[in-house]
Amino acid sequence: MQSIANTMHKKPKLRLVALLTAPILWLVVAYLGALATLLVTAFFTIDSFTGNVVQTFNLGNFQDMFTDAAYKNVVLRTLGIAISVTVICTILAIPMAFYMAKIAKPKSQKILVALILTPLWASYLVKIYAWRTMLEPGNGVLDWLLGPIGFNSPGFGGPAIIIGLSYLWLPYMILPIYAGLERLPNNLLDASGDLGAHNWYTFRRVVLPLIFPSLVAGSMFTFSLSLGDYITATIIGGKLQMLGNVVYQNFSINLPFAATIATIPVTIMAIYLWMVRRTGALASL
Amino acid sequence: MTISRNARLLLASLLGVGLAFIYIPLTVVVINSFNSSRTFSWPPQEFTTKWWTMALDNTGVREALKWSILAGLLATAIALVLGSSLAFAVSRYNFFGKEVISLLVVLPISLPGVVTGIALNNAFTKQLGMSTGLLTVVIGHATFCIVVVYNNAVARLRRMGTSLQEASMDLGANGFTTFRLITLPNMASALLAGGLLAFGLSFDEIVVTTFTAGPGIETLPIWIYNNLFRPNQTPIVNVVAATLVFISIVPIYLSQRLSSDSSSGGRFS
Repeated sequence: MQSIANTMHKKPKLRLVALLTAPILWLVVAYLGALATLLVTAFFTIDSFTGNVVQTFNLGNFQDMFTDAAYKNVVLRTLGIAISVTVICTILAIPMAFYMAKIAKPKSQKILVALILTPLWASYLVKIYAWRTMLEPGNGVLDWLLGPIGFNSPGFGGPAIIIGLSYLWLPYMILPIYAGLERLPNNLLDASGDLGAHNWYTFRRVVLPLIFPSLVAGSMFTFSLSLGDYITATIIGGKLQMLGNVVYQNFSINLPFAATIATIPVTIMAIYLWMVRRTGALASL
Repeated sequence: MTISRNARLLLASLLGVGLAFIYIPLTVVVINSFNSSRTFSWPPQEFTTKWWTMALDNTGVREALKWSILAGLLATAIALVLGSSLAFAVSRYNFFGKEVISLLVVLPISLPGVVTGIALNNAFTKQLGMSTGLLTVVIGHATFCIVVVYNNAVARLRRMGTSLQEASMDLGANGFTTFRLITLPNMASALLAGGLLAFGLSFDEIVVTTFTAGPGIETLPIWIYNNLFRPNQTPIVNVVAATLVFISIVPIYLSQRLSSDSSSGGRFS
């Protein structure tokens, strides 16, 4: 033991190799390797008779994907849903986080943070299942709750998916904004006020630019998690399909095509992560 | 700070609306588990606890819980080892490609689960000829759990600095002793918080599990999903759902006690 310790101490390179080997093997070889293999499959085809993957390089799948209007609609719909969810979460999260960080007293602050964190640990499926009972047309909770004041449940479909996903990812937006606001010194707000700026003006010109990295960090969750979702769409989306549903359905019948469709969210996320990296938001995750 | 009374009231009421939005559906789940009606009906006409006793005896639920805990513990153990060694390497050494690591570890949770799922399924079953089972589930889960352990460990190592270790080495302790007596105790609460998050992620994961589990293994989320559309199982599903809502308080309570690096239990800093 002592001799190993001595050797390790004298050779920092050896220590580094010992630390890095396992995680790098796991993440690069196993994970990135699997992703790369899937990506390559996108250029293969399937033998329509045997259902086996034929390993000849061609761009047929991509051609199908780009020419078929149905897929274009699914892509646009999914992007629209992911963007709506991100916007809704941002609008709901900013005032909540602001109250928590800047107005609430330290004691209630702690309780509020716990209240926002708790639903993060409640199961994903349970939350979507809850919305199924909320949205159920006719005898759902929303109809019972809002019916008397003249509102009806939107039923299952696109709006339901947007509500469900916003519900799922809202805490992921509140927490980074809250953390960003907590780091924001109060005297900046005071200075802005002393110089004659109104609340709204201070918010727009001082607060918003400074918490921008937090907004981006939150949007990473709301946007990326919405982009690839198919469970929510299956449970409360009615007949509506998202990109994830198309990947899921093709997985067992035509893997190369499923892989082709999968390149869309991966490409969008790669571009997004690359843009986000420059704002420094990754460090505040 | 000068925020007008009206603005305060407005913000407070918006917070109230937000919290109502978060908690009303969860409350509905809990109430529904006591709904005596076999099929879904709202509002409940009568209340009963019979579904709770039925759910406790349900073998499917118990099996699923067993698989979930087993997979969660194994994946957490792997994530703890891989995530903390990666964190040590990044915080204490300089090497080529260090900047890419932060991107590499977030990739498994940033990319859609369905993509990770079919990529792993394809690699396991088609390329490596493995059959899906507990092992493949654990590998899949550990992959996206690494990041939470890594983030917690990196934050703690940054705060800790190196002076304590140096002092220990100067006083004659070797690398192993220093690790055992100085580094590990200082890291413990961060690793515990990271491990808790990793277990939570694994326990809740459904998409990657769908593609890596195969027919023999039904984790709790998979069980819920498989029974969601079976009308005669609705009462049991309601009870399981309500239980999961209650259980979500436990990690919050624990992390408040642990007083980790950040108020958010380490997920955000």
